[in-house]
Amino acid sequence: MVGVGIEIEKLCVGYDKNRVLHDIDLEINSSEFVALLGSSGCGKTTLLKSLSGFIKPMSGQIRVNGSDVAQLPPEQRNMAMVFQSYALWPHMTVRQNVGYGLKLRGMSKEQINCKVDELLVLLGLADFGDRKVPNLSGGQRQRVALGRALAVDSPILLLDEPLSNLDARIRLSMRHEIRSLQQRMGLTAVHVTHDREEAMVMADRIVILNAGHIAQVGTPLEVYEQPKSNFVATFMGAENEIALNVERANGTLSISEQEAVKAASLSVSNEIGDGGVNWQATAAGSVRGRFRSSAAHLLADGTVPEGHLALAGRVTQLSYPGGVFRYEIESAGQLYMIDDPCRYAVGDAVTICVPAGGLHLYSEAA
Amino acid sequence: MVQATLSSNWVRMTTRVLTMSLLAFAIFGPITNMLLWAVAEVWYFPYKLPLEYGFSFWERVFRPEGNATEALFSSIWIALLTVVVSLAIAIPAGYALARGKMPFRYLIMLLFLLPQAFPAVAVHMNVARIFYGLDLTGTVMGVVLVHASQGLVFAVWIATAAFAAVDGELEAAARNMGAGRWRTFIDVTLPLALPGIMASAIFVFLISMDEFTGTYFVGAPDVVTLPMLLFTSSMEGNYQIASISSLILLVPSVGFMLFIERFLKADVLAKVGS
Repeated sequence: MVGVGIEIEKLCVGYDKNRVLHDIDLEINSSEFVALLGSSGCGKTTLLKSLSGFIKPMSGQIRVNGSDVAQLPPEQRNMAMVFQSYALWPHMTVRQNVGYGLKLRGMSKEQINCKVDELLVLLGLADFGDRKVPNLSGGQRQRVALGRALAVDSPILLLDEPLSNLDARIRLSMRHEIRSLQQRMGLTAVHVTHDREEAMVMADRIVILNAGHIAQVGTPLEVYEQPKSNFVATFMGAENEIALNVERANGTLSISEQEAVKAASLSVSNEIGDGGVNWQATAAGSVRGRFRSSAAHLLADGTVPEGHLALAGRVTQLSYPGGVFRYEIESAGQLYMIDDPCRYAVGDAVTICVPAGGLHLYSEAA
Repeated sequence: MVQATLSSNWVRMTTRVLTMSLLAFAIFGPITNMLLWAVAEVWYFPYKLPLEYGFSFWERVFRPEGNATEALFSSIWIALLTVVVSLAIAIPAGYALARGKMPFRYLIMLLFLLPQAFPAVAVHMNVARIFYGLDLTGTVMGVVLVHASQGLVFAVWIATAAFAAVDGELEAAARNMGAGRWRTFIDVTLPLALPGIMASAIFVFLISMDEFTGTYFVGAPDVVTLPMLLFTSSMEGNYQIASISSLILLVPSVGFMLFIERFLKADVLAKVGS
């Protein structure tokens, strides 16, 4: 079974007068794993429900293999879905749950048994075939739900936060299991999640949604290293914010000295990984900078290496989440979270040091 | 101090025992009386207990040519038909009320309560008049319709609760697997709502078995059910026949209690009437 491509064009979805999705354009390639990422209420689940047919869009097209399915009922779309609640039928056994789609397709008992056995072995459920759903653990239910979706050989797999109800440890192994199954079978997968890390490790491409609009589409590396907007940067973990004054000349930025910030000259990035600043602002002048707590480090004295943004501050709080210390630094009335392996005490004067490659710059208004 | 707690404990204990005994007497007193009458051969004033015990009246009730057996069977037949008629309306109505975004949903649910809202005698007298014009008086069908009109409010309310308790996502999963609306209803919704539907069926059956006024106005004298036999025999002072009929009527009620206790989940019960 080989996946098929999906093209979404100008899709608008809403309930009553309430618009949830605005003019969504998205192309999903055959056999691609796409994660829809966003905080709750951003419209990611609505987009998945529009794909699966449980919500009729107000306008726009959803083309599968070239033909528009936007107005078809769910049973005619041939997209297998794994629900967040698993939605397993409690009055049926594991075997009946997995085989239901096959029964609907008019397969014979032997064929169904054969296919179901194969899937149960694949998912490590061989001994549970005759159990009723209420007698299964969360992880087992999730496998049954996955088995039910895989059984019908649908080219498109829709995953609605399927891992959010699992224990942290099982969740980590299921990520890889689902990903490898999808790759082995060549399925086109659309995965809804609010978990950034989950999206990063599972997906080929990530679609970040914000208030019913697509904020950015890109590979995990792209959305992490070059967030196109202030929103995406924040969502991808660049929580520290700083107002800067910059001049731009050719490939370099010069940051002017202000309060705690030292003057510096930084190179602008041309491609990911070249160590330059991610410049997304429209014009020089006063811009908004963002950086991750893990991208920066602390210095005890003021000798800042070349190509770093430096700002003087004082430790106000510290914690130890594991591996490094997490410091809250106060600098010119602003608070920053910085990770650093070296030990400082509360009240120590330090310098926050942000390498050019860890800095993202946006226009003030955006 | 200790004395005071002790005595207050004692008072509390006594009131509790007294209340319990009164309650037990109120519940079991009439039943004991009924049980005694059911096995009494000879019992008259001023004796506190029957003078002779035996089962000759039971034999009389269950004698093939006895009218009690006939009344029992017509009661059961009418009750079964009432269940069929009620469910034929309650299942689609309950599903629609639970799933559809219907305008005036509460109004529709209250509508089914209307037959209960007015004095039974007044309602049934007029029903009898209308049915007379439709040639339904004195027929089993006429009695079934009267019983159904009374059972419907419970049947619809309970069925609505049963369907509302079925998680919509379970239906969505069936649709996603390729089942149409009808197939989804048959394979997923109905089996999951079945305990609630069964409860409403038993409830309607009980209501029909016990119904008197409507049967009296619409069915008498051609259709004789157990409650009507009970009424006539107690009017004639034939307490043995009346007690035995009551005992027979008790059986389905107890069965219903056991069913509710065993199969009906709290989430269904909580949704009744909402």
